[in-house]
Amino acid sequence: MDTLAALGNGFLVALTPYNLLWSAIGVTVGTAVGVLPGIGPALTVALLLPVTYHLEPTSAFIMFAGIYYGAMYGGSTTSILLNAPGESGSIVTAIDGHAMARQGRGAQALATAAIGSFVAGTIATAALTFVAPLMVKLALLFGPAEYFALMILALTTVTAVLGNSLARGLGSLFLGLALGLVGIDMQTGQARLAFGVPELLDGIDTVVVAVGLFAVGETLYVASRYRFETEEIFALKGSKWMSREDWSRSWKPWLRGTLLGFPIGALPAGGSEIPTFLSYLVEKRLAKKPEEFGHGAIEAVAGPEAANNASAAGVLAPLLSLGLPTSATAAIMLAAFQQYGLQPGPTLFDSNPELVWGMIASLYVGNVLLLLLNLPLVGMWVKLLVIPRPWLYAGILVFSTLGAYTLNNNVVDLVILWGIGLVGFGMRVLNVPVAPCVVGLILGPLAEQQFRRALAISQGDPTVFVSHPISAVLLAVAVLLVVGPLLLRRRNRNAAAGGTDRPGTTSTV
Amino acid sequence: MGSRHTGLYKAVLAAAAIAAGTLAATPSLAELKGLEIIAPASPGGGWDQHARTLQQVLQDQKLASGIQVANIPGAGGTIGLAQFVTAKKRSPAILVGGQIMLGAIVMNKSAVTLDQVKPLARLTGEYTAIVVPADSPIKSFGELLAKFKADPGSVSWGGGSAGGSDQILAGLIAKAAGVDPAKVNYVATAGGGELLASALGGHVTLGMGGYNEFAPQFQAGKLRAIAVSAPQRLAGRDTPTLKEQGVDLEFVNWRGVFAQAGAKPAEMKELQEALAKAVASPEWQDILKQRGWIDQYQPADQFAAFLKDERARIEGTLKDIGLTR
Repeated sequence: MDTLAALGNGFLVALTPYNLLWSAIGVTVGTAVGVLPGIGPALTVALLLPVTYHLEPTSAFIMFAGIYYGAMYGGSTTSILLNAPGESGSIVTAIDGHAMARQGRGAQALATAAIGSFVAGTIATAALTFVAPLMVKLALLFGPAEYFALMILALTTVTAVLGNSLARGLGSLFLGLALGLVGIDMQTGQARLAFGVPELLDGIDTVVVAVGLFAVGETLYVASRYRFETEEIFALKGSKWMSREDWSRSWKPWLRGTLLGFPIGALPAGGSEIPTFLSYLVEKRLAKKPEEFGHGAIEAVAGPEAANNASAAGVLAPLLSLGLPTSATAAIMLAAFQQYGLQPGPTLFDSNPELVWGMIASLYVGNVLLLLLNLPLVGMWVKLLVIPRPWLYAGILVFSTLGAYTLNNNVVDLVILWGIGLVGFGMRVLNVPVAPCVVGLILGPLAEQQFRRALAISQGDPTVFVSHPISAVLLAVAVLLVVGPLLLRRRNRNAAAGGTDRPGTTSTV
Repeated sequence: MGSRHTGLYKAVLAAAAIAAGTLAATPSLAELKGLEIIAPASPGGGWDQHARTLQQVLQDQKLASGIQVANIPGAGGTIGLAQFVTAKKRSPAILVGGQIMLGAIVMNKSAVTLDQVKPLARLTGEYTAIVVPADSPIKSFGELLAKFKADPGSVSWGGGSAGGSDQILAGLIAKAAGVDPAKVNYVATAGGGELLASALGGHVTLGMGGYNEFAPQFQAGKLRAIAVSAPQRLAGRDTPTLKEQGVDLEFVNWRGVFAQAGAKPAEMKELQEALAKAVASPEWQDILKQRGWIDQYQPADQFAAFLKDERARIEGTLKDIGLTR
């Protein structure tokens, strides 16, 4: 009850016209920042810090929280419409989201992303309100061995995006793993595969690779086929509202995505991409029509988008209750707390209840504002797709190039973007799926670092991965996810060979 | 009602300021016009915060106008350093840097070194704390050293990036304790939250990092500081120093600013004077207190001499650890 009373007081703070205005500014700026690739919420909050110095801390944090949530909403827009993910948490959304847009279902994709973000954001904020301390306890149980197991589990997502040819899919995965090796090795500080180029020392940015493969590669490919195809416009077909079927296919993925996103967001080395991968995998495994995945399945947009928003709320749990920043944005918000002479942690709830609860209440308010802002915008965004294709393609290429440059203000990133873009074009021509490459690039280095840390701490004893219970369970689930469908299929095939025909139970791995 | 109206009015004004951009300069009697401050790191980190704090103080104290902060992140600051050295000279520009850059230059075999810039001033420093979880069986630094001497591999040292300040301090401690620095079981993390979580969760034997980064956890009773790398105990803290516990070491993770090699003597003088006035201002001192940075100001000549010794110590330690040859 104390929590409810405190939250009630928080709403009194968050709902004053003055703070509502800041929340509205925050979510609007955040949405814009999410739409633009290369400019993330972390950079935005850092740029605004000096400006907000003379502002009341409560209002400043209400705005920052708005920016953070807003960016998660906006990130899906370019993924779906242009195949150019604005943030790494929206990479998975691009796979089926853009396919939906090309089928004239862009509005539904944007709507399920926006409503899913709202549902996930609201539930996860409620979880932040009531179970934050529990989440933090769980988060601290995760050491290198547990993280490694989690990464392996996430890596099984690859099985959901491999495509029809095992060899091609694995080839793409290994390309991603190799790209992930580029740069300074964290444990020894030695450069790997950098070829003396200093700009490669920090590794290849995942957003640059995703935009290169998805947006540049794909655009070059369709442009090269343009002359041979009849003009078709991606514009809206039929209603712009979600149909009854869309709703019934979306609501469960929203909830499951939230369930994955919140706890993983609270993990100090979780990151917003991992729950989106896992959500995609789970949805494909549970879907009635798994064959639609990769070709515009609405579940594959609904789940991951809910997951990345829930993870944003998850990040705030350790930040507020322990002063533990688990993402770049959280690190800058921590610096912002210090700017006001505040120290997040258990004492903050007692010393500045107005600030903490005002900010938490503003998250609920911000979610509503974001839905009000984003749903009407859907109608405007889909008009982008009416642009004649040569213009649209040129626009995507310009937009991607600008975004890759703003990331680090570095020309080398442009060379990488276009190099990867040409590789992506080649892969598309040869019918090699690009998604496994991105999965490998993101998870490979994470898994490697955690693996080596775990072994360093155990002094080379590999049993740590099975002697730690959490790690053992996660690894077992990963094995089941890979082996299970194979066994099922074999049984089905045997059964089919035996004469009993069971249609619809065969799954593509 | 009146206060709410002024509040709204202020909000609109501030929103307009945001819309107009944060870099809008007001003309003043400033000595330095169009100063550019390069932070060779991403927004939010220590170097970035120093750059933005300098921007704020120089501007408020009317020592410079039209100041821009540019982030050039990457490779321990060596990318920013290289661009700073090779950039065509336009307006006056200064580079923020620090101890980590010294190690990164050697580790990354950077083509550009600090020989190609002019030291302007050392600004701040942070002492390193060595921490263990509250329920760790290790009660003192002495017990830790005993365990380390008996079986070096059994102590995992969690800290920031490989070859960075924390690993160098670990190497120096090993050397002082008579253990081969190459035997330190160092676990590099991305620092910040990741390091704090592995220390809190007890996944590493000990954690190393800036004293103030850990301080709130001491108050909350979740971590214990068993040593601090300062010459004497920090004001208001009872953490014993390394020296008190038999390891004759002082170690400060410093940050400072540099000018381009081509800066003319008159310009160097101008920059040095502006910085000297900035660090003496109450505004700067207030911010240091808030952030927990310790004033370690040294003017250009002292800073240059300090750098010479510091480079030798760091390069030697990296060799001892076996990270460089």
